[in-house]
Parts: sequence; structure tokens; C-alpha cells
Amino acid sequence: MIAAHLPALQIVLPLLSAPLCVLLVRARLAYALSLIVCWLAFAISIMLLGQVLDGGVISYRLGGWAPPWGIEYRVDLVNAYVLLIVAAIGALVITYAGPSVAREIGGGRETLFYTSYMLCLTGLLGVTITGDAFNIFVFLEISSLSSYILISLGTDRRALTASFRYLIFGTIGATFFLIGVGLIYQATGTLNLADMANRVEPLGASRTVQAAFAFMAVGLAVKAALFPLHSWLPNAYAYAPSVVSAFLAATATKVSIYVLIRTYFSVFGPEFSFEVMTLGPVLMVLSIAAMLIGSMIAIFQDDIKRSFAYSSVAQIGYMVLGIGFATVLGVTGGMLHLFNHALMKGALFLALGCLIWRTGSVSITAMQGLGKRMPWTMAAIVGGGLSLIGVPLTVGFISKWYLLLAAIDSGLWWVAVFILISSLMAIIYVWRLVEVAYLSPSPDGAPSGEAPLVMLIPTWVLVLANFYFGVDTRVSVGVATEAAKYLLGAGS
Amino acid sequence: MSHHLVVRVVSKLLIPFILLFGLYVQFHGDFGPGGGFQAGVIFAAGFILYALVYGLDNAKRIIPEKYIRAGVALGLLIFAGTGVASLLMGGNYLDYSVLAEEAPKGQHLGIFVVEFGVGLTVASVMIVIFFAFAGRDHQIDEKEE
Amino acid sequence: MEWPGLYNYWIVIFLMMAGLYIVMARANLIKKMVGLSIFQVSVFVFYLTMGKVSGGTAPIVIDGDPVYSNPLPHVLILTAIVVGVATLALGLALIVRIKESYGTIEEDDIEKQETDA
Repeated sequence: MIAAHLPALQIVLPLLSAPLCVLLVRARLAYALSLIVCWLAFAISIMLLGQVLDGGVISYRLGGWAPPWGIEYRVDLVNAYVLLIVAAIGALVITYAGPSVAREIGGGRETLFYTSYMLCLTGLLGVTITGDAFNIFVFLEISSLSSYILISLGTDRRALTASFRYLIFGTIGATFFLIGVGLIYQATGTLNLADMANRVEPLGASRTVQAAFAFMAVGLAVKAALFPLHSWLPNAYAYAPSVVSAFLAATATKVSIYVLIRTYFSVFGPEFSFEVMTLGPVLMVLSIAAMLIGSMIAIFQDDIKRSFAYSSVAQIGYMVLGIGFATVLGVTGGMLHLFNHALMKGALFLALGCLIWRTGSVSITAMQGLGKRMPWTMAAIVGGGLSLIGVPLTVGFISKWYLLLAAIDSGLWWVAVFILISSLMAIIYVWRLVEVAYLSPSPDGAPSGEAPLVMLIPTWVLVLANFYFGVDTRVSVGVATEAAKYLLGAGS
Repeated sequence: MSHHLVVRVVSKLLIPFILLFGLYVQFHGDFGPGGGFQAGVIFAAGFILYALVYGLDNAKRIIPEKYIRAGVALGLLIFAGTGVASLLMGGNYLDYSVLAEEAPKGQHLGIFVVEFGVGLTVASVMIVIFFAFAGRDHQIDEKEE
Repeated sequence: MEWPGLYNYWIVIFLMMAGLYIVMARANLIKKMVGLSIFQVSVFVFYLTMGKVSGGTAPIVIDGDPVYSNPLPHVLILTAIVVGVATLALGLALIVRIKESYGTIEEDDIEKQETDA
């Protein structure tokens, strides 16, 4: 009986735990509750992926109303895969959160943190699972509003301005999406994504549909921090509490990119998106600019968190580049990078959190001699960094390999050159850290000693995942390829 | 604002009716226009009027802030809990029809409980927002006394 | 098409552009929130006019088969309004905190303090 209701439970459990966290008042209880619920959500997402692999698309009728009238939760291979990413990161990060939150947030605001965290998780999972366009908007705003709160909990006062900036950008982005949904509702008379896809096709290139497409694409690009709409991201990630940076960097932009993929391929269909609207060249130019400029700025940052935040802008470029090819190989590369980037940035930001826990700083000077003072944390940063560069045997290599294959397959060898240049830049900004940490001596009286095991273990789980999925690619590549085939086959 | 006699007397007369009207909109919502959102805001407006006229401290004495915060959470719990109840009784999430023996009765019960949750949360949220902004520094209470 | 044609869309577009312009052009954070709210309201108006059917009544079940307006956009916008209120409250709360820690709500002054620090 429970198996049939998994799609609802995936959302309802985190949603229920949020008000319970408020009622529990004490931080430890709230932490325990969120911990249990996050791991349950992870288990549910695994079971959902299993069900989809066995029996195809799952459709769940919320409130018993049949689609397209009622809200439908629709799980296919693509979003089962994204659900798994979000839930896995959510569970690992909450495990890590206990000591880090107590030190960085504290002061009676810890329960608020857990409440917002659970709401944010609810929103992200909801965006992914729902099959209803307006429902996407609502969940998008739930996750965004709670992430503004999470970011503003940072210790630096610049967290406040970063959060405000994100609020302005995020609201404009979501409202653009809402306008797009309104226009498409006007044209098709439905909000159900699957039903919409059927009704959009005969309309062809009507102006309403084109306008709807443009609004949705731009709004989601803001949310996904696609260059040049990324300016909210670096400060937001740099000044947020480290738990929040890790969680958002690994999940929030991914979910927006998932919705982008969904709109381009499932709703409007690859033909409309890439032939009528000629999205391919646009995405390619923007993503290459993101890769180069993001990596370039990352090299010159003294604040390591900021450096990795700019690197995220570049990595989003890789994902969108894959989508821009609009071939099975390209979309596979993009989807793979979605998963892989979650692993590497999750690992890196968690490791930086360990650093903050011990030294209270993430400036590059704080890292002098860190290789001796915090060997495990520093090794984790190196591991994540190797994956970020794309060294063979790491996940970063796998997704870049697929992107290169896709570029050559489409006859765009110059794109391959840019991928390599951007990877070289990644070597520079990672090597900088290695150099400072291992080759320069520790300043006198610098704090040393590792972070608690509760923090180190999740960090290392993610680091090892970077290597495991870089060697054993059956699961990740298999699912991503099937998902890409499904996406490109569904529209044509 | 406590020295404005007219305002005090008029609001004292009005507040019970505002609260009553809020309750009317809440519980008449299943027969006519109304429902939790509107009712919650109207109810909160009556309370906020009291706080404006008689001061924040008096208002907080009537409903301490921590109870209102609990109200925010409780309303959401009632809403989501109704869905869980329908899950447990064999329907889909938020499928009200299974809540009673006959489907229409179940739907009536379901929407009633859910709207109550919505009303509770909306009213509490409005009051919490007001308290949060007004309590930041004590301009509203003390400037005119 | 005779003038003013679908004038409701002109109103929507005017509000939308005015809101976006205020968000971009004003350095005062409160004014930015005002602009953002106007921008959101324009979308609410857009949805509401979309649901109107000429000569349609309220969608309440009565005898006969009356022409009625589409109620769905109204319901959707009720939700969007709640989202808008939450955004506004959160934005203003952030502004209060910014004012407390920077002593100003002018974007230029804040940026100056950040680059000096």
C-alpha cells in the first residue's frame, strides 16, 4: 500500500517535518527529526527510481483528481534521477549540519534553520516531482523563499545584501516563469505538462507560444544562474553558512536546470525549441561565456568560497552546453554533469565548512600549511578539486568526456577546445590551494586539528563518491543515457 | 495612540465585529464566497487594530508571541495532517472522499478542516509579521505617550 | 483592430515595465521592493483578465446553463498573491536587518561600505 503512495510521501514527509521543527523548539530535537526525515526521503527516492526502472512512468493523482484537471505528480526516468540527487545531497548535508550549524548560526535560530532547510528541500523535491506547470511555480517559490532565509543566516553582514539581491533576482525570474505559464495556459487551456505537450504541437509557431517559451526560458535561466544572469550567485554562496552553500550549490541550480530541460524537451519539444526558436547557438554561446568568464574570475578570488562559487557559474555552463547540443550524447553529458557537479561541489563546500569550523575563515591565507594542520579536510578539498578539473578516474572526467564526444559528434570541434581551456583554468584555481596548503609553512599559533567526525564522514562519502562514480559508471551513465533518449524521443 | 478618545472608543466597538466577521467568512466558506485566506487576514486585521490602538505590549499580553508561532506551525500541520489522514484511510493524498462513509460528507469534512488550518496559519502569520516589524524598536508604542 | 482593442494587455504591460524599471533604476531598497510588487501585480492582473469571458457571470452553479468566467486563473492568482506577500514581508525584513547593520538602505552607500571593508 505504501509503495503506491511514495510520490506523495516524498513531498509530504519533509513538508510535515518543517512545522514540527518549529513546535519542537529545541535545536537537538529539530536536528534529530530532520535527520530522520531526510534519510527517509532519500530512501523513498531510491525506491521511486527502482519503480520507474521496473515499470515505467508513475502518475500519482493528488486528491484523487484525474489529470489534466487535478495536480498530477509524474515520475519518469528524468525526474526520478534528479529526485535521487536532491534527496541524497539533502541527507548527507543534514547529517553534517549538527556541529556546523551550532557554531555558525546558533543563538536560538537553529530551529529556524532546520525549518527553512526542510521547507527548501520540500520545494526542490516538489519542483522536480510535479507534473503541473503552476505547481512548479509554487514549489519554486517555496524553495526560493526558504533559501533566501537560509542565506541571510550567514555570519557576515554581506550575507544580508547577498540574500536581498537573490530575492530581487529570484522573484523576477519566478515571475517571468509565471508569465510564461499564463501565456501557455492561454494558448492551450491546460496546466498539466504532459497534456500541454500534446496541445502545443498542433499550434506550431504561434506568437503566444513563442512568447511563453521566451518568458519561461529567461525566467528559468535566472533561477539556474546561467551567464549573464548569474550575478546573484557568487555572493549568495560565498556568505551563506557553509551547510547552506553546500546544499544550495549541489541542488538548487540543478533543479532549475531540470525544469529548463523539461520545458525545452518535454513541453515544447526539441523541434520547436531548437529549430523554430534556434535555441542551440544561443545556449552554446552563453554557456561557453559562462565557462570561460566564471573560471577566469574564480582564479582571482582570495575568498575560496567565492572562488568555488564562480566555478559553479562555469560548471553550470557545462550543463547547459550539453543541453545546447540537443543530441543524445550532449544531453547525456549535461545530465551526467548535473549529478557529478552535485557530488564535487557538495564535497568541496562541505570540506570548506570543516575549515570554517576550525579556523573561522576561508581566505586563502587561512589555508597556509593546512595540509599538515587538517590533513583529512585538505585531502578532501584536493579530491574534490581533482574531480572539478576532470582528472581521469573522477566523475568530472566522465561528464567532460561525454561533452567532448558530443562536441566532436556534432562537428563542433571548437567547442571542444573551449571545454579544454576551461578545464585548464580549473587546474590553476585548484593548484593555487594545493600550493598554499602543502608548500607554505603554517603561521605561528594557527589553529589545527580536524573537524568532528560527524562533519568529516559526509564530506568523505561525497569525495569517495566522486571517485567511485568516476570508475564504475554503469549506474550514472546508464540512467543519464536512458533519460536523454527518453527526452529526445518524447518530443519527436 | 492611546490618548485619541474617538479612535479608542470606535475601535473598541468595531473589533468584536471584525473578529466575528472573520469567523463568519471562515465557517461560511463552504456555502458562499469565503475561506481560510480571507478569514485569516480579516481576523488578524482586527487583532492588529487592537495592537495599533492599545499598544504592542497589551496585544502581546493577550496572545504571547510563542503561541502565535505555534499557531503558524499548527495550521500547516492540520492541513498536511488531513492529507495524511486520507492516506491512512486508503485514499490518495488529500483525497477527502474517504474521510467519511459517504463521499460528499467526507469532502465537506475535509475542506472544512483544511480551511481551518489555512485560516489559523494565515491569521498567525499576519500577526507574527506585524509583531516582528513593530517589535523591532518601540516606535509604535512609545512615541506618542 | 479598433482602438483600444485589448486594452487590458496594455495596462498589464505598462505596469510590468514600470515595475521592472523601478527595480532596476532605483537605488533605495524599499523602492526596489515597491517596484517588485508592482511587477508582480501586473502578472496578477494579466491572469485575472485572462479568465474573463465577455458577458460571463460568476462561476456559481445555478439553474440553466449560464455563460461564466473561468475561475481557475483566480484560484491560481490567490496562491500567487500569497507568494507575493511572503516575498514582500521577507524582503522588508531583510531591509530592516540591512538598515541595522549598515545604517543605510541606499544601495550606493552599502556598496561603498562593502568595498571599503
